[in-house]
Amino acid sequence: MAMRAYAAAKRTLSVADKLTEVNWGLVLLITLCAGAGIAMLYSVAGGKMQPWALSQTIKFTVGFLVMVGVATVDVRVWMSLAYPAYALALLLLVAVVAVGHMGLGAQRWVNIGGVDLQPSELMKISLVLALARFLHGKSVEEISRPFNLGIALAMIAIPAIFVVLQPNLGTTLIIVMDGCSLLFLAGLSWWWIAPTIGSVAVAVPLIWRFALHDYQKARVETFLDPEADILGKGWNITQAKIAIGSGGSAGKGFLGGTQSRLNFLPEKQTDFIFTNFAEEFGFVGSVALLILFAVIIGYGVQIAMTARSQFARLLAMGVTLNFFFYIMINGLMVMGLIPVVGIPMPLLSYGGSAMLTVMFGFGLLLSVQIHRQVEIPRHSGGII
Amino acid sequence: MPVFDKKDKSRYTAFTRRSVAMGGGMSLVFAVLAGRLYQLQILEGDDYKVQAEDNRVSERPISPPRGRLMDRFGAELANNKRNYRVLIVSEQATQGVSEALDAIGKVIQLSDQQKKRVLGEIAANKKFVPVPVAENLSWEEFSRLNLHLPYLPGVQPDVGETRDYPFGKEMVHVLGYVGSVSPEDMDGDDGRLLDVPGFRVGKRGIEKAFDKEVRGKAGFSKVEVDAHGRVIRELGKEPGMAGQDVWLTLDCELQRFADQRLGDESAAAVVMDVENGDVLSLSSTPGFDPNWFNVGLTGPQWRDLNTSDYKPLINKVTSGIYPPGSTFKTAVALAALEAGIATPEYHVTCTGVFNFGGHAFHCWQHKGHGTLDIEGGIKNSCDVFFYETARRVGIDKIEEAARKLGLGAVTGIELPGEHSGLVPSRAWKQKTYKQTWQQGDTLSVGIGQGYVTATPLQLCQQAARLASGKAVSPRLVHSVGGRLVPRAEAPKLDFTEESLAKVRSGMNKVMNEPGGTAFAWRIVEPGLEMAGKTGTAQVRVYTQQEHEHGMHANASLDWKLRDHAMFIGFAPVQAPKYAMVCMIEHGATTAHPHVQMARDILTFAQKRDTIGKPTAYPVTSAAAPVPGKGAANATGREPG
Repeated sequence: MAMRAYAAAKRTLSVADKLTEVNWGLVLLITLCAGAGIAMLYSVAGGKMQPWALSQTIKFTVGFLVMVGVATVDVRVWMSLAYPAYALALLLLVAVVAVGHMGLGAQRWVNIGGVDLQPSELMKISLVLALARFLHGKSVEEISRPFNLGIALAMIAIPAIFVVLQPNLGTTLIIVMDGCSLLFLAGLSWWWIAPTIGSVAVAVPLIWRFALHDYQKARVETFLDPEADILGKGWNITQAKIAIGSGGSAGKGFLGGTQSRLNFLPEKQTDFIFTNFAEEFGFVGSVALLILFAVIIGYGVQIAMTARSQFARLLAMGVTLNFFFYIMINGLMVMGLIPVVGIPMPLLSYGGSAMLTVMFGFGLLLSVQIHRQVEIPRHSGGII
Repeated sequence: MPVFDKKDKSRYTAFTRRSVAMGGGMSLVFAVLAGRLYQLQILEGDDYKVQAEDNRVSERPISPPRGRLMDRFGAELANNKRNYRVLIVSEQATQGVSEALDAIGKVIQLSDQQKKRVLGEIAANKKFVPVPVAENLSWEEFSRLNLHLPYLPGVQPDVGETRDYPFGKEMVHVLGYVGSVSPEDMDGDDGRLLDVPGFRVGKRGIEKAFDKEVRGKAGFSKVEVDAHGRVIRELGKEPGMAGQDVWLTLDCELQRFADQRLGDESAAAVVMDVENGDVLSLSSTPGFDPNWFNVGLTGPQWRDLNTSDYKPLINKVTSGIYPPGSTFKTAVALAALEAGIATPEYHVTCTGVFNFGGHAFHCWQHKGHGTLDIEGGIKNSCDVFFYETARRVGIDKIEEAARKLGLGAVTGIELPGEHSGLVPSRAWKQKTYKQTWQQGDTLSVGIGQGYVTATPLQLCQQAARLASGKAVSPRLVHSVGGRLVPRAEAPKLDFTEESLAKVRSGMNKVMNEPGGTAFAWRIVEPGLEMAGKTGTAQVRVYTQQEHEHGMHANASLDWKLRDHAMFIGFAPVQAPKYAMVCMIEHGATTAHPHVQMARDILTFAQKRDTIGKPTAYPVTSAAAPVPGKGAANATGREPG
């Protein structure tokens, strides 16, 4: 009974109380990462705030405020907003395919009131929210029933199809991985999981043969043998590896990177920003950055495991995994371990959409942490 | 635990177990990433360092050659010449940068100021960026430096391109000049080009107005470079596009003559074609040598340019606004003729003073002009005649005539920073001063004083319109990159031919009839005679004492208090071709130097026959495709 009373009290927690509850250590680590990103943007611009560092500082500041704002909102409110957010994101995704204008040869952006939005970014967060809500009420047995599983898979597949149509392979990958991870965490039976893994192993060659775009195939082929076409498609990977490798153990020092200033990478400020970091700060700096990321993720897992409601647990784990998948794919990509798929390094790469998504995710994580004592009955839809 | 039912508990356990498993998986991925970093940076690091040092592929923008500026006969007014220069790379200057600069200073001239600038630029850039030490070296200096190169580590000789203005200050107010890129030049259009070290953009004049066209499109070269950015070999090249040539309507020789004729005065002169508005020369003195800006101005040079009373940085033709003085009487006369006031019987008697509303308005001719008709009024530039005429015509009709002659609005010439001058009206005064228009205001405007102001270019346009009877406007650019700059045929002015003829006849008498105010400075060569109208633009308020006891001679006054000397004219009188304006700031003296200048310039233009000579303009294409070409393509596509 005491616990119920405590949870009830949490419902009326004031904003000030909530702010003192925030895990400021985590916030500090996040800020540290973003700071490293801004320093790198300053460096690749040849030691200038223009054109990226200043703008990124503003974007991070906005993201930071969004994060704190999101954190102070009760996790049950987020639960109520889960389906509407998913519907909105889906609508925008459809809009982007219908009317979206061309950017980098792909239809990814939609312009709302003068602001360019990437709906696929919104979808990552919305999908985590919606799936967490859907799975919240389901027991382990219920999840494994074909009907429920079918709905959950449709929730993942529909946005994935629209994103892959854009075409945006990297984001599709992340959406699918986010969704499947949540199904796994919610307790999906191994009787489903094992055969699926088996069939994917069979399907991959078929997808390669029939479903991939030429440029996607080219990226994979380039990855397999980058030296074959050193000036064309393999250029990015070869030069990225040279940048990382030449950093050596201690790096060339801040502003000392020679690879990026020679304009060898067309996307040095976005997807390949990590290479500049590795070049200037070497093995020691890069591993330190990875540890920083790992500690942030560790905090995320810890927050997820201490939350009292299934929705909050899945939500926290979902946004943490989303953050992790960015790092994984970008890291493996720039180090030449997987093909180039166009995923930014979170908190480091230049760009507003990704920054906002990541910071919004951290806001949700902190909201879970603040409201970790809140219980939500199995068949509740949250408040409001 | 009341919180969890049994089902909840089982999935909580599943969640925890699987989260831990995923945590393990994530750790594994981080381990892979760290391992890969270990492999790349520690195990293979030395290999990659060598690759980074020795063999880098870089994409560099190539600045295309800037388009030339040409005169109507094909003379190059602005072109590019080889720029022998010396750069320094600070990280390679093993003996220290200051020491290296001192060493260079022993071989070629290097001022302390230049050294300071180099040190500043080195501090602002990464240590491997080459910073120019000295530019535009002579071949002799350059080869001497090359000989000393083994003893100068970090110093690189380089051959670039630099803008050259063969005629220096004589053209500067038309052409403008180029300078290094400043933040306000960053238009996002061709950002990478603007990033090229040492890139120059147009700062004034045609160079600025047509910068985008003259600049060209950046090319890119994929090069292999060593650790210091030095190019080892070129791998591929996309040449970009050279800047487009701009052909001006100027006549280089006439322009040079006019500029030399204005000399050191603070003056302005324009010659234009009365039929189509082609500007044949456009001078504002003093000027400055635009080539200075390539080398970089010294502090004192810049200070002199900025603080001189003669304002060498200002193009007085388009940006100087002056009271038009008596040249404006031509507009008042036209208004009077059009309004039916100045009939053949219309006469005004000048006694030297005009009393109005308790004030005495004086004529410049103290003893009076006697009885005059409209042509006599213009010929003698009689103030009293125009006080009375302006009073009868009224400000509204004067404003209308002045506007038709092109005053009070920019001419639209292709130069940045043109001013519009002012033609006052009742509404304007009400709006600006919250006062109603007074008759006294009309009298001042009637002799081109008071509120009315104009630029010399507008006055030249006025002269051209009076001469041709067409609403011509000055234009300076014939074509850009072989494309004609479209220009509509000038419509006829809304004045009757009789009125215009009267004014022209008055202007003829000013120059060519004994007693005319400028008779002494007429063109005497038969067939080249000019018509004109002088003007004195008052800068200070004349005192009552002066009106009674004679004016102070301008020469006895402080330069800044002396009147401006204005002149508009056209030639030849019988069939006008050339219109011109000549203005000397604070230059009104009894010797009428501005009329002398105008006389000489118009004589030169006519003897040279600038308008009659065949031009050398390039073959221009209209927007439409060349006939025949499209048809050929269509045939080619047909199946054989």
